[in-house]
Amino acid sequence: MPTLNLSGAMRLLVLVAVFVAGVWSQSSGVIDDFIFYLPDIQYLAVQHLWLTAVSGSLAILVAIPLGILLSRPSMARVAESAMQVLNVGTTIPTLAVLALSMSFLGIGTVPAVFGLFVATLLPITRNTYTGLKGVSPALMEAAAGIGMSPGQRLLKVELPNALYVIFAGIRTALAINVGTVPLAFLIGAGGLGELIFTGIDLYDPVMMLSGAIPTALLAVVVDMLIAVTAFLVVPRGVNPGRA
Amino acid sequence: MIRLDNLTKVFDTPKGAVTAADHISMEVPSGEICILLGPSGCGKTTTLKMINRIIRPTSGKVFINGEDTTSLDTQDLRRSIGYVIQQIGLFPNMTIEENITVVPKLLGWDKAKYKERAREMMRMIALEPDAFLKRYPSELSGGQQQRIGVARALAADPPVMLMDEPFGAIDPINRAVIQDEFLKMQQELKKTIMFVSHDIDEAIKMGDRIAIFRAGKLVQYSEPDELLAAPKNEFVESFLGEDRALKRLNLVKVRDLASDEIGLVRPDDTLETALQRIDDYGYQTSIVMVNAKRQPVGIINAAVARTTKGHCRDHFQSVPVVVNLDDDLRKVASLMFSNDMTWVPCVDDDGRIVGQITQRAITHHLGSRYRAHSGAGEASPSSSASEE
Repeated sequence: MPTLNLSGAMRLLVLVAVFVAGVWSQSSGVIDDFIFYLPDIQYLAVQHLWLTAVSGSLAILVAIPLGILLSRPSMARVAESAMQVLNVGTTIPTLAVLALSMSFLGIGTVPAVFGLFVATLLPITRNTYTGLKGVSPALMEAAAGIGMSPGQRLLKVELPNALYVIFAGIRTALAINVGTVPLAFLIGAGGLGELIFTGIDLYDPVMMLSGAIPTALLAVVVDMLIAVTAFLVVPRGVNPGRA
Repeated sequence: MIRLDNLTKVFDTPKGAVTAADHISMEVPSGEICILLGPSGCGKTTTLKMINRIIRPTSGKVFINGEDTTSLDTQDLRRSIGYVIQQIGLFPNMTIEENITVVPKLLGWDKAKYKERAREMMRMIALEPDAFLKRYPSELSGGQQQRIGVARALAADPPVMLMDEPFGAIDPINRAVIQDEFLKMQQELKKTIMFVSHDIDEAIKMGDRIAIFRAGKLVQYSEPDELLAAPKNEFVESFLGEDRALKRLNLVKVRDLASDEIGLVRPDDTLETALQRIDDYGYQTSIVMVNAKRQPVGIINAAVARTTKGHCRDHFQSVPVVVNLDDDLRKVASLMFSNDMTWVPCVDDDGRIVGQITQRAITHHLGSRYRAHSGAGEASPSSSASEE
């Protein structure tokens, strides 16, 4: 079949390309250059992950309760305007947020964590809010009608049914977070950005890639971790992945 | 028992105040199903939802088993009332078992007790516990889901149930099945039920009493037969439809109208005797032949009897049409029309002939109720059906 032949040819081409790339990197000494940066990569990756972990968990800790609060019926009046403010907040470039936080908090880890926290906060809050608001009114009426208190309704009905959407928000937010951490180097917080930006400044592609490739890998790994967590945590009945 | 006392709801809308329910007072006796019926926007759902405070009454009181519910805590009140809604509202994140046991858990039952209760409920709604308890609602059909919805409402054995168009979203065939199952359950459970519907046929089938609403007001509150026989005004009349006399056929059992006078012949009788009895009883075409146990075995045709001599046992034709004492008149009328008969023999559960039901008796029954009420008119008390 022609399609099979085509995909077979593609596979062959990829193999050849990988082989050629291997030969080239071996002969030009790029692999050795990468190995030279390995201790740096290890140290900076840990720093990178630490920035993500601290700012990310802070964001989750603040954003989910905030989203829950805004979704309460008593907050209906302010919720929409608050969400608008958050949406406007999302449009500010992260670099600008970092610059602003540096102007108020100075140089170092604290302003970086704060900037990352702000950038990560919005998608989680937004998804928590829309997820909870999206729970069918019929479910809410059934829950109220059989005598659940507002707290029980939130814990047993609303949150489990919104969990999938909330996890989607966390996933987006942390992907943004890991991808934004390199910018934190610019305000003196370290991370893999150190290799990237120094590499750019020195016009040293190998150094730049030693920062960029691990950053990309970290983003993929973090994303997968959250996807797996969501798969395990979201109840089966409302989990599209386990239906 | 549920008693509503001047229950009123006024909604504040941008266009001004709208009275959704206007001083509704009514009483549902214990163990009965009361259907709230009316066109959309008539206030029937608002009235229902004020009972468990999904909608807060503007004024008026609700009494359940004589107790004023105003003083009760909202959650406690709701846990003591079964609630079924049209959209079913099963929790998709919970298994069937978790859905059914929600209320018992809220009430603090211990685990063994509510687990056993879940199995008991599944048996009651005729779904296999082992096959269904661990499944999720999305894996069930609409009809099965609503059965679970009813089971969830009944799980904590509340004395009172509120049902908001519970079978409205189910296809007609399944709906009839579920209605029958529910009525059968209700015969044992004897819950006091308020049931919102917009389907007159459902109301007649399910209701011990029917309350007709219009524009926030309770227009008529009667037993179904009374309602169909004596609609209070033109609105009720038009809502019930022009075939309301035929709808009453559903409500009357053969037992109520059957007369025990019936002409029969035995196999040993001569055809002469048969012809004589056909004339005596005024049958025009035929007479039923029974065996020693009074079970019908065939019919003797008048034309044959007139032209032939001999015994009945040699000249009978196929087994006649019969109806059971517990059949409703709708079936009887249908049989009469399809077989061109003016009377049908009635049998008991053992198949023995106990009497006959005639077209005249049916029309007379339907007609007499109309005549009785046409003179009384508006002044007749709405709940007088029981005295007749």
